[in-house]
Formats: sequence, C-alpha cells, structure tokens
Amino acid sequence: MTIINYRKAIAEAIARSMREDPKVVFLGEDVALAGGAFKTTVGLREEFGPTRVFDTPISEQAIIGAAIGAAMRGLRPIAEIMFADFLGTCWDGIANHAAKIRYMTDGAYSVPIVIRAHGGAGLGFGAQHSQLYDGLAMSIPGLKVVVPSTPSDLIGLFQSAVRDPDPVLFIEHKALFDVKEEMPPEGHVVPLGKAQVVREGSDLTLVATGAMVPVALAAAELVQDRRIDCEVIDLRTLTPLDMHSVLRSVEKTSRLILVEEGPGICGWSSEVAARVADEGFWMLDAPIRRVCSPPTPTPFSESLESLWLPKAESVAAEIESYW
Amino acid sequence: MTANPHAHEHVLLQMLRIREFENRVQSLFSDGLVKGSTHLANGQEAVAVGMAFALHPGDPVLCTYRGHHHTIARGLPLESAFAEILGRATGCCGGKGGSMHLTDKSLALMGSYAIIGSHIPIAVGAAWASTLTHDGAVTCCIFGDGTTTIGSFHEALNLAAVWRLPIVFICENNLYSEYTAIGDVVPIEHPAADRAGAYGLDRIVIDGNDVEAVKEAVSLARERASAGRGPSLIEALTYRHGGHSRADPGDYRPREEVELWLSRDPISKYADRHEVSTQRLEQLGAEARDEVDRALRKALAAPAPAAEALLSNVWSEESS
Repeated sequence: MTIINYRKAIAEAIARSMREDPKVVFLGEDVALAGGAFKTTVGLREEFGPTRVFDTPISEQAIIGAAIGAAMRGLRPIAEIMFADFLGTCWDGIANHAAKIRYMTDGAYSVPIVIRAHGGAGLGFGAQHSQLYDGLAMSIPGLKVVVPSTPSDLIGLFQSAVRDPDPVLFIEHKALFDVKEEMPPEGHVVPLGKAQVVREGSDLTLVATGAMVPVALAAAELVQDRRIDCEVIDLRTLTPLDMHSVLRSVEKTSRLILVEEGPGICGWSSEVAARVADEGFWMLDAPIRRVCSPPTPTPFSESLESLWLPKAESVAAEIESYW
Repeated sequence: MTANPHAHEHVLLQMLRIREFENRVQSLFSDGLVKGSTHLANGQEAVAVGMAFALHPGDPVLCTYRGHHHTIARGLPLESAFAEILGRATGCCGGKGGSMHLTDKSLALMGSYAIIGSHIPIAVGAAWASTLTHDGAVTCCIFGDGTTTIGSFHEALNLAAVWRLPIVFICENNLYSEYTAIGDVVPIEHPAADRAGAYGLDRIVIDGNDVEAVKEAVSLARERASAGRGPSLIEALTYRHGGHSRADPGDYRPREEVELWLSRDPISKYADRHEVSTQRLEQLGAEARDEVDRALRKALAAPAPAAEALLSNVWSEESS
C-alpha cells in the first residue's frame, strides 16, 4: 500500500492529468525548475519537459491571461497562483474574462482552465498570505470552485477540474500538506458538485470544507461522549454546490452548523445557510448556526491566529448549546 | 494596394464601409435605439484595414471596446455587427456581448475587450498556443495609447518577448487616453514605441492614417513572428474624429489639433494618393452606405434574444 500526503498529491494530480491529455500544459512562478515554492510540483518538469511545464515571470495577470488565451485556442492550461491571496492581482482575468467569455460570446468560446492556488491560514504567514478567497470566487457566475480536504479527493477532483470545459479555481489548503492517505488508484476521479458524508450521524449536521473538515470531525468526536451523534459533510466543491446532500442530511438530523475558515461574511456558509433556510426550513428543529473566524484580517502572531481559526472546541461548544 | 487597378478601390471601400457603419451606429445611439455606450473609430480606419490586409486567414485578432473597425476589417458581416450592437438574437454574440464585445470565432476574432489592457495577456496566450500546437498562426493584438499605462501591458509585453511568441502588438495612438491627452499622463513622446526597448523590441512608429504604411509594418512584423523571431510592437499614430464615447463631444481637444487631423483623414489621404476622383469617391461612399443600410435594415428586423438565452452559456452544456 502506497501512502501519499496532500503536498505530493498535488504533483501526482497534475501529472495524471498531463499523462492523460497532451493538451494539458502547466505554468506558474517557480513551478518548473524549482518544483514550486511549496514543493508541490516536484518532478513535473523532469517528466513532461520544457514544452509543457513553464516557469513564468512574477506576472499573475500574464499567467492568467496566457492560460485564458491558450484555452481559447484549444489547450487545457493549468495555471498556478502561488498564494491564493495573489488572486487579488489577477482577479480581472479570472472574474471579468475567464468566467464571462463563454456567456458574452453566447457559447462560441469556452475557457477550460484550472487555476490552482495555495490558500488558507494556520501557518503563521500573516494577513496577505493566508486567505482562501473561496466565498468571493463562489459569488462569480461562470467560475467553478473546488476545495479538496484530502489527498485522494485532491487527485480525483483535479482530474474532473482539468477535464471540465469551464474555468475552475482549485484551492489547495496549506495547512493540509502533511495529511496522509492511501494513494488512490490510476483513473481515480471525483466528480465536481458531489459533497461527501465523511462521518455519519443522526443528531446534527456539520458542514465544512478544506482544513475545517478535520476540525469538524474532531468536534464530532468531542461531543460523542455526551451522546450527540454528528454527521459531517465535506462539500469538496463550492460551485457547483451540492445542496442535495446537505438537505438530505438536515432532513435526518434537523440541526445544522456550518464551519467556515475566514470571516464568513458573504462566505459559502452564508449561501448554504440561506439555501437551507429557504428549501429546508421545515426540516429544522433549531436555528442554523455558523462557526467562522472573526471579521478581521488573518493575524500573524501564533496566539492570535490560533484564536482566529475555528477550533474543534468552539464547534463542540456550539453543538452542545443546542441541548 | 497591388498591381490590380481595382485593388485600391477595394481598400477604399473597406475604409468607407467602416466609416459609414460607425456613422449609423452613432445615429442609433443618438436616436436612443440602443442603450449603454459605444466607442467609434471614425478616423482610425486605416489601422484596421491595413492590419487586416497584412494578416493571414486564421490569424487570431484581439481588440478593444473601440473595435468595430478591426472586426469589420477582418470580415465580421455588417449585419451581424449591427444585430449585436442592437442586442438582437442574430448578433455575433447572440445579443449577449454588445458594442464593446464584438467576437466571431469562425474568423478567429477572439474578442473585443472592455477592460483596458486585459486582453493583452490573453493575446499572449493565443500566441503561446501557436508555439505549442505549431498552427503557424500569428496573433495580432490592438490597443490604445492609454493602455500603455496599465500593468497588464507590461506583464504581457515582457512575457511575449521572453518567450519569443508569434504576436504583433499594435498601439493605436490617437493621442487621447479616454478624455485625457496622453502627453499629460506619460513622461515620453511615444507611449508604446518609447517603451519597446525595455522589452528588447524595436522602436516602431508609423503613420496610422496611411493604410499602406500600416500594411507594410504589420506584414514585416508578421513575417518576423512567423520566422520565430518573436513579437513586434508597432505604434500607429492616428486620431479619433469624435470623442471617447457616445456621450463625449471631445471638447477638451484644441480646435487646431482637430482640424489638422481631419486634414489627414485616412480615406481622403488614400484617395488622393491614388488619384481617385471626388466623383468616384462619392460613388464608392454611396455603395458603402447602401450596403450598411441594407445590413442595418436586416438587423433591425431581427428578433431580440429568446428568454431562455438569459440562462444559457453561463456554463458549458456538458457540465451541470
């Protein structure tokens, strides 16, 4: 049995997509010869050579634009943005162009690109190197958003992202790099838009993404002693959003807590809460609750960052407050 | 522009079609038949027509919201362009793009982009694809002088140059960055050409109102790109006859300057050089007007998009 961690799963995922489709090319800052700032792309240049794996200048607008233009000419580019925070420098290409070109040309052109970005807090990178930008991305029609929480899901979801004819933002969480799992077999594919029940339960539904999935699972363990049986759902993709799985779970448990990393204002948890209030109100026995970060930038100091991130203990306290 | 005695009339007709098209678009907006804005290219026809004659079929072209002239010069049917501007179902984007976004994939017209500078990196990507697929195409990317002050211009030029991509950049320097004289906001005389050296490119300034000069410069640049010698940046000096957009009379421009440039009108200039009589020029103008009017009548008769179009093509049909 081969074990792979989340960090190495990234290169594995890219390699599998490049072996499958010769139209897949990969570009980004330091991704080729250096193997990536986080060593998430080691070995790709060696395997696929300089005509498929490209180091770029520090030019995020050029990286995203080049990916869009090449996709419109029939290639399947993967573009890396080193930190999700840097999406701020190329949001124009992503939001105004990649996401809208299909609509604005009434389907003549599509933009099948995957934008990979390392995101998330918990490693002491401070306010400009710790964001996810997932909620912001989710608010843009035409852009798919994927947030894998395990190595196996990362590999499987990535194959779907590269094959997808629409632009996909694929946010890899830096705090999960050392998470290990059995290497999924060749051909492993996880479809976009299918959430995963990662723990079955009957009393309450916890919904989380990325690094909050292990937090939610830990919270579920903490309340088990009090005989509260939590179901935990990993959304895996924010767009398309699998509301069916969430509503099916809420139908069973009648209680819902959403655990989101980040301030949560207009975040994915706001959207899920609104949709459950709309479509699942009569299934609920209690108000929907959210456990999010406070509405501040991500602080640097370890002690403050630790306070900022939702914790299993705070989620458990929220769960217990229902009873 | 060659030995064919009628060739120069063809060139003139192309410029006149664009001129007449733009005049009709102005009327449509003035009469309140279309909402939003439009950005006309009266006076800049020679850049588009010269570019179009120099490129090969299938060469991708990306332009800006002031892009009616480029797309028409590259073959976009007038009816399709009018219908798009009028928001009709038969428009080149099904009525979902509008005046600022004329696009036609079948003509490799990869789009008219309405965020200054944003299309230059996309054009670089199109050229990059040609180096990977060996399709032999040379991409042409057109933008205005005001674009040279935005970051994406520099990021894209740098990447195109360092990767030696097959692309021709054309800066239409019409002396105004929207409402502001370009000389007031850049510290150099030639906003594009004076920066070419920063990317290892030649300094090329041409008369953008001379259709033959444009054709020659773009042909040379295309040849260079095709031979694997990388990009070129051409600064074509030209002038907007009107303001920035439909609501702008352009009053901030000195009268003498406007008059000077009106005397350099690309259509009269070309007609004079080839000794086309005033009478013949008027006949050609009438021919262009007729064609434009016929196209407009058809476009006006076309239906608005069906309600279903509201939700279609946000996502590809293959995905949920």
